[in-house]
Amino acid sequence: MSASPSLRARQLAVSLLLALLLAAAGLLAMVFGSSGLDLATTLTALWAPEQAEPTARAIVWQIRLPRILLAAVVGATLSLGGLVFQALLRNPLAEPYILGISGGSAVGAIGGMLLGLTMFPGVTVAAFLGSMVTLALVLLLPASRAATGKDSLLLGGVMVNAFCSAVITFLISLSQESTQVHHILFWLMGDFSMLKSEQLPILLLILPCLALIFVMARPMNLLLLGRESASALGVNVQRVRVLLLVATSFMVSLVVCQSGLVGFVGLVIPHIFRQLLGSDHRLLAPACVLGGGAYLVFCDLLARMLSKTGEMPVGIVTALIGAPLFIFLLWRARR
Amino acid sequence: MSVVRVRGLNLHYGHQQVLRDLSLAIEKGEFFVVIGPNGSGKTSLLKVLAHLLKPAGGSVELLGKPLFAYGRGELARCLALVPQQMPLDFPFTVRETVLMGRSPHLGLLGVEGRQDHALAREAMDFTGVRHLEDRRLDQLSGGERQRVIIARAICQQPQVILLDEPTASLDPAHQVHIMDLLERLRQEQGITVVMVSHDLNLAALYADRLLLLREGEALTVGSPREVLTVGTLRHCFGCEMLVDLRGLDGIPRITPLPGKYLPR
Repeated sequence: MSASPSLRARQLAVSLLLALLLAAAGLLAMVFGSSGLDLATTLTALWAPEQAEPTARAIVWQIRLPRILLAAVVGATLSLGGLVFQALLRNPLAEPYILGISGGSAVGAIGGMLLGLTMFPGVTVAAFLGSMVTLALVLLLPASRAATGKDSLLLGGVMVNAFCSAVITFLISLSQESTQVHHILFWLMGDFSMLKSEQLPILLLILPCLALIFVMARPMNLLLLGRESASALGVNVQRVRVLLLVATSFMVSLVVCQSGLVGFVGLVIPHIFRQLLGSDHRLLAPACVLGGGAYLVFCDLLARMLSKTGEMPVGIVTALIGAPLFIFLLWRARR
Repeated sequence: MSVVRVRGLNLHYGHQQVLRDLSLAIEKGEFFVVIGPNGSGKTSLLKVLAHLLKPAGGSVELLGKPLFAYGRGELARCLALVPQQMPLDFPFTVRETVLMGRSPHLGLLGVEGRQDHALAREAMDFTGVRHLEDRRLDQLSGGERQRVIIARAICQQPQVILLDEPTASLDPAHQVHIMDLLERLRQEQGITVVMVSHDLNLAALYADRLLLLREGEALTVGSPREVLTVGTLRHCFGCEMLVDLRGLDGIPRITPLPGKYLPR
């Protein structure tokens, strides 16, 4: 008999462990902050809000909890998005923004800010529309000839992003007010401080995308063998690719328009779990969702703690921790 | 009964015609090898049989049913493909790779069960890679990797197995090992083996019948003795070859004759 535990057992173990990690990160992020709450007060406010003092209740329910939820959802979505794009494009450097999502949403968001729209819903909607437009360009332009060539998609995305970054720089140079430039820079690095709790229900739209990607995890494994091998093993390659591309791009656009361009999570988290767990996407998908969520909650906590003056974009922290962590794992694997 | 029946097959890449009015029938349990010069359409024929390329004209039947009438999953339960190369940039373990052969037998949400693991172990035992089951594919030698992919194909429980130059870049011992495996598969399980090969001598040793392709056309089909003659080989490859029938059981042995620069 095979000594290794079954897939279901590994899925369960990994998910439980990472869910605990996520809960721990969430609890830490709930307790620490600019106004210190002790653990007991926080737990009381959480479990029995009517017994808690009003300030603690307000901090926990109106400030910290929505922010933690947003960080967790963004981390989960970007990590899973990176995992899917790396598999679909069969390129380990792929990240969730690679098909032009970052460029398009940034142009939309900055355009919205320059027009003086409110962050929510104005800028959010503008960012979402921006990413949908670029995505349609990238997906439909090469479709006339080689819709399935992984490199044509990749090149299309890179070109659209390059064009958009020129537009972004142009737009920034147009802006005269320094507070506006400050806002734009924060958005480009990913920032949770502008959050309004009424934004959160929109994120429920991500759930069907998550479900689809989980169901597609086994075909995704086969896609890594190449188009012909996957077909010969019974996968309808075209259908699986299109479904995954659309679902993933949609959910990534949804979080980007809420949080700005939080970098690096989508690149490094999938790689960390590949190093630790292997290549089976049925294991990697839940790991990326829970682990990516925990990672970003933790990074956001650090971002809040590190800047005494107010706010630091969370995107700075994700790369500051993530890059060394990944290099360490690579170094350990080589030995 | 013919397992594969091809009639009047035509295939184009753009304006270039790759296969021209090709007809053939492959019988159940046959060891069938396609030979021919580079660019003669061997691999393209294999891809048409695996329904990876759509022909411009003609018909292909598998087990008495038109190929286009098969769904992807249904086809993968009847026919397995061993490709020439496989990417290693996202390496799976040997066990994971072999279990992928069960994929067409599982539903969309299915997970490999006890039975599937048993079949995978059986297939790994058959091809002699069971001791490697926890290793990653990129840590194996070429011969080991080829045996893993054949185990995956066996795991599909197909009636036909298609192989694209499975012995290319292997040393002679590993070449014979792979060919023996396939012959055993044919004898013990009645699986039809269809292979593309550049190795005329191995083909002559193992094949029941050979198909000789030249510029997309079937030059001859028949037993190794019928196909591998001096005249046919010269016509097909444009090169003088020595055909020696005095070896093993009168199986032809082919030696390409050196060009004029080799002193003799």
